[in-house]
Parts: sequence; structure tokens; C-alpha cells
Amino acid sequence: MAYTIPVENMSGKVQEMTLGTAGRAVAVGGGTTLPFHTFEGVKSHRPVIAIEIQDVPPADWPDEVRAQYDAVSGDAVTWAKHCQDTLKADAIALRLTGTHPDRENRSVEDAVATIKAVLDAIEVPLIILGSNHVEKDSKVLVAAAEAASGRNCVIGKAQEANYKTIVAAALAHNHKLIAMSELDINLAKQLNILITQMGFDTARVLTDPMCSALGYGLEYTYSVMERIRLAALAQNDATMQPPIIGDVGMYVWKIKEVSAAEADVPAWGALAERGVAWESVTATALSMAGANMLIMRHPKAVDAVRKTLDELC
Amino acid sequence: MAMSGVEIFKLLPKTNCKKCGFPTCLAFAMKLAQRQADISACPDVSEAAKATLGEASAPPIRGIKLGLGDKAAKMGEENVMFRHEKKFVNPCVIALNVADTDDVAARAKDVASSEIDRVGQKLRVDAISIEFKSGAAAQYEAAVKAAADNAPESAIILNCADAAVADAAAKAIAARKPMLYGADASNVDAMATVAKAHGLILGLKADGIEALIALVARAKAAGVEDIVLDPGAKNAREIVELNTQIRRSALKKGEKALGYPVLGNCVREDSMVEANIAAVAVAKYASIVLVSAVERWKNLALFTLRQNIYTDPQVPMQVPQKVYKIGEPSAEAPLMITTNFSLTYFIVAGEVENSKVPSRLAVMDCEGLSVLTAWAAGKFTANKIAQFVSEWEEFKEVANKELIIPGQVAILSGALEDKLPGWKITVGPREANGLPVFLKSRAA
Repeated sequence: MAYTIPVENMSGKVQEMTLGTAGRAVAVGGGTTLPFHTFEGVKSHRPVIAIEIQDVPPADWPDEVRAQYDAVSGDAVTWAKHCQDTLKADAIALRLTGTHPDRENRSVEDAVATIKAVLDAIEVPLIILGSNHVEKDSKVLVAAAEAASGRNCVIGKAQEANYKTIVAAALAHNHKLIAMSELDINLAKQLNILITQMGFDTARVLTDPMCSALGYGLEYTYSVMERIRLAALAQNDATMQPPIIGDVGMYVWKIKEVSAAEADVPAWGALAERGVAWESVTATALSMAGANMLIMRHPKAVDAVRKTLDELC
Repeated sequence: MAMSGVEIFKLLPKTNCKKCGFPTCLAFAMKLAQRQADISACPDVSEAAKATLGEASAPPIRGIKLGLGDKAAKMGEENVMFRHEKKFVNPCVIALNVADTDDVAARAKDVASSEIDRVGQKLRVDAISIEFKSGAAAQYEAAVKAAADNAPESAIILNCADAAVADAAAKAIAARKPMLYGADASNVDAMATVAKAHGLILGLKADGIEALIALVARAKAAGVEDIVLDPGAKNAREIVELNTQIRRSALKKGEKALGYPVLGNCVREDSMVEANIAAVAVAKYASIVLVSAVERWKNLALFTLRQNIYTDPQVPMQVPQKVYKIGEPSAEAPLMITTNFSLTYFIVAGEVENSKVPSRLAVMDCEGLSVLTAWAAGKFTANKIAQFVSEWEEFKEVANKELIIPGQVAILSGALEDKLPGWKITVGPREANGLPVFLKSRAA
């Protein structure tokens, strides 16, 4: 008897969106199947890898990843061009870490100047991220949206506590928006609903269900992403259909496994490969769970994930 | 296929005799359907009914043990497609593939010394696979013996498509019960004979699922029961697709021929890419993940991923109750307390580490609940914290009798000061990400 492939036809789809402008625009999401299932429908666009840069030198990054950028990270424009031209990034994620009151506490005007200079220097899509300080972000990101007007950027992250001002700014200047909630599918859904109630089209939202590093809660992020994707496809739940974003680098490059010297923990093996593997395995696992876009830091991890996606897509 | 409670009920004596321990036959039937009872508890059921039920209650994916003794790895017996539905049961085996032309003894020693302790679990490369590449039977047998000698507790896989060579190697290490891997359409009958003769697991390799089903039929006809499937994925996408199709067919369509553990060949030239392809196989249903190199950094990443994927989604991961030292704290260093939910511990410990202020972090057993949940459930109360602090030995070495409690349970500070005379209670930040600033400003 011939074998029949057990196909599950899903009724829903993942929202498809375009980031950036003109020749360097990038498509994200789309598709009607679970990740990489080409046998039962239309697959999503290949997950997009955005390489992360900051508005201030990354003094707080562990040596293994910081040293990769020592020659260029003194200024955001040089760093951005390096990522676009040398590392061939699909997109660039500019994190405005320096605006955090506990860090350099850079002003809104300084942040705007950085954004404008970076946008002048690059053609690939830009993702503009706040410093994850709820009050400061609502000021910085509003100004950022205006400064980046016309470039079809992604602005983030809007959280329950500050989404209103950020949504309004993204709406006014025609950007895409990252909606972030904390590791709970119901909170993710609720935030997407609140955002659409403001007249913001879900087709322009990216869901960030909160990332975790391998070994530090990855199983929670993995399952929340998988459940969001199933709700979007199997239950055709429109509020769960935005593409999913995984902010991988930030969560990976602060744990012990990416900075402990081999001399201190011989059982863990070589540090140079360990850090890269941690970021690349985390990113690979999340792309299996449904992430459509990944924000990453280490060039070698980006390279390994690209080669893996070559096989997967 | 699994039977419903009502279908099972029809096969029972319907006497409601209670000898099975349940009040009625229907109640017993319902428990059987949920696999929470065994049919042998009923003394009066007919042999025919037992046989029917036995077949229906067999797990949809056969459970098979690879290796011997307490290091043996159980494979199969999975029940779900997604880990949030129910725990993935038997963590996959990571196996190192080595050619018989390579330095097998050295690679086997790598496998034997691969054990790492992570969150209280001992994790290791479970198996070594010896690939027949030399073309010389004597060299293969010597390589297999070298693997067996140098990895005395590891499972052994004979990756060999020549039945005569495999037979000789299997005989040479018969006591180790190796798995035989390499049966395809050209040699399955001879390989099945070898597997049957030595009582070994047989790994079948085919190009696609339909060809695999045909091989399973031939292996079963030859009397082989313990089978592992390799659907011949040529890239990562095929690993995802073929493994998904096999598991779906076994679980949802009751396809018996596919109800066996699956092997994923993840061997790649670039070791970093190999780690990623192995991650794909770990996430997507492989029971044996074959790699070509087991560097310690790669092992740690893959063991950790396997632990994450196979964690019970209903039981929170816990860390042991103790006072953890972060950096090299002096007797006067800050002392914080939190609960033993692993995620809570990891996040708090990570932020304390970020602060670069040497500290002590007391982790109290709250059955794996996070701070607010544990407080609400009455497990992280002033009474219980006071009891922990006054009775646990490690608090004695603390000179500075000040306890920093999570900001979310600030409400406990008054009661704690009453119950812990001589201690100063300080309320810390509400969120862990406030710790670096909090600790640095205190140190300044």
C-alpha cells in the first residue's frame, strides 16, 4: 500500500510584511505552514537576520563578541556600514542603549542625531530599539519614529506600560512595530489586541514574546512561539498572525556560558566556540519554533545560522 | 490505535467486583484508556480481551533501550508532536560517528569523558558509532574493540552495511549488545539475520518513508523487533519534514511500521554548522543524533538544548536549595534571597553577576515557584524564610546580618524583622534587572 503523507491543512496564515525601502527592502513572515514544512502549504519567507549595533560602544558586552567590533564600534555609523557592507547583514538593529538613565543617559536629541546619521549611511532596513526603560523609551522612540519617517523601519519595543505613545508614533510615521510581552501567549495576544484597538493594523506588528538564552528559559520562549504559530495557523487567530521576532543576542551575551574562561571550567571547552555556539544554537532553535526574524550579535554565529537556513529553506 | 474507555469497557466482565481497586468496571476502563491502570489488575478478564487490549495499549512509538546498565538510554515512547502538550519522554541520544580509519581509541576516550553536570543532571555523549570505511574486516573489528575498550560504559553502534563484517564485529563485542546500523534495500535480509542472531537493535536506512516502510516489513518478517529508522534526510529541511511525517503517521494515523525511534544524521564538515543541524534534530523528533565531532563546547550546547526541549512543561525546573556564592564574597558581602524556580535563579544570579559585586544568593526551596507565585501559595512567607535562615548552616558564615528580599514581597519585611531578631531586612528592587544599580550604589 502506498504511503500517504499525513498533511495537515491549516486555515490561517502568517502576516507578510516588507521592511525598508527600494532595492534593499526585505520581506518577513508570510506562509501557511509550520516552520520549514514545504510539503503541506506555502512556506514563510526565510527568517531575516538583523545584526545588532548600539548608539554607544558596547563596553558591557563580553570580550568574545565585543572584540569582533572593536575597530568599528566607536561610532554607530561606521559600525552600521561594517554590518551592511562587510558582514552583509539583511537588516540592522540599532539599540539605543546609551539613552538608559542608568547608562550614559543620552538625550532624545542625541539619539535622533545617531538615527539620522545611520539611516543616511545604510540602505538595508533599520530596526530601532529603545533601552528597555519604559518611561525613557516612550520619549526616545516617539522622536525616533519621526526622525526615521519615510524609511519604513521597525520601532520597538512597545510594552503594556508604554505602548500608547509608541504605537501612535509608529502610526503617524508609517513604521512597523515590535510588541513585546513577557513569556505568556495570552499577554502577547492581549497586547496585539490593545494595539489594534488604537487603529494600528496588525499587518504591521511583529510579536516579541520575550527571548531567552539556551539553558536560561529557552524552553519557555520556544513553546510560547510554537503555540503562537499554531494559534495563527491551526485556529486562524488573526491576533496571533504577526511575524515573530527573537531578540537573541541580547539574552545570550550576558550569561556565564559565553564569558567563563576555559581555565575556570575546563568541562565547558573552548570559550571562543562556546559563545558562538550558544548564540547560534539559540537562534536555530527559535527558528524551529517559528521566529521569522532574529536579532544577533556575533558574526560567526550569524554565519553558522545562515548556513543552517540555507539547508532549511 | 488507542481505544476509548467505552470500547475497553465492552471487553471487561462488567461484574463491578472491585477486585481491580476501582469501584466499577467503567471506572477501571476509563483509567485503562488514560494508561493509568494495567489490565492485569482484573482477575476475570478473558485472554482474548487481554490480547486485544495489549495491542491497543502498546505505545505508538516502541520503547527501545540502547546500551547496557544504568547508563543505558531509553528511546521512543513519545506521545505528542509539541512539547507544550505533554513532556517529551526519552531524551535523544547524542552519538559520535567515527570512521574505522580514524584514531578510534582517542575518540572513544572523548566520549567516555564527556560527562558534564548541569542543573543537577549528569549529561553525556551516550554512544559511539563506528563507521566501516577501511574496507578491511580485520581493521573494522579492531576499531570496534578499541571503541568498546576505551568507552567501557557507552553504547556502541556498528555503522556498517556489510553483513559479514558486521557479524564478526558484533561477535567480538557481543556482551556489549551493540546496535547494528546500515541495513538498506540491498542487504536488509542478511543484516536482519545478524541482528536476530545476536539480539541487536537494527537501524534501517532508506531514501524516503515509503521505502523505509518496505524495509520495516522485511526486518519484521525476519524476526527483528527492535528497529530504528533513518529516512535518509539529505539536509536540515528533510530532517524536519521526514521526522514530522514519521511522528505524525505513528501518533495520529496509527502507522505501526513507523512506530520506532528515528536516527538523524547531522554530520557536517563545519563543526559550528553541525551543532546547529544537530539542534534541528534534537528539536524535531530524532532519538539518535549522529555527529562527527564532540568538542566540549558543542556538547555543552547540545546537552543544554536537549535538557530544555525534554523538560516537563508542567513541572518547573528547580535548582537545589543552598546559599550560592557569586564572585568571591567576603563575610560582609550582600546577601539576597529568592526562590528555587530555575528561571528565577538564573535571571537573578545573572544580574548579580552583571553587577560585578561579589554577593551571596540564598535560594530557598519553594517547589520551583517564582517569587510572587510562591508567596501567594504560602511557600515564601516570613515564617518559612525565617526558619530557613535560622536553621540552614550556610547562613552562619555571614557576618553582616542583613537580608535583601525581593521588592515584590516588600510586605514581608516587618514580619521578618520580628521573626529574625538581630537581622536587618532590606527591600531590594522589584525586578532582577534593577539589581546591578542597586548593588553598585550600595558598594559605592
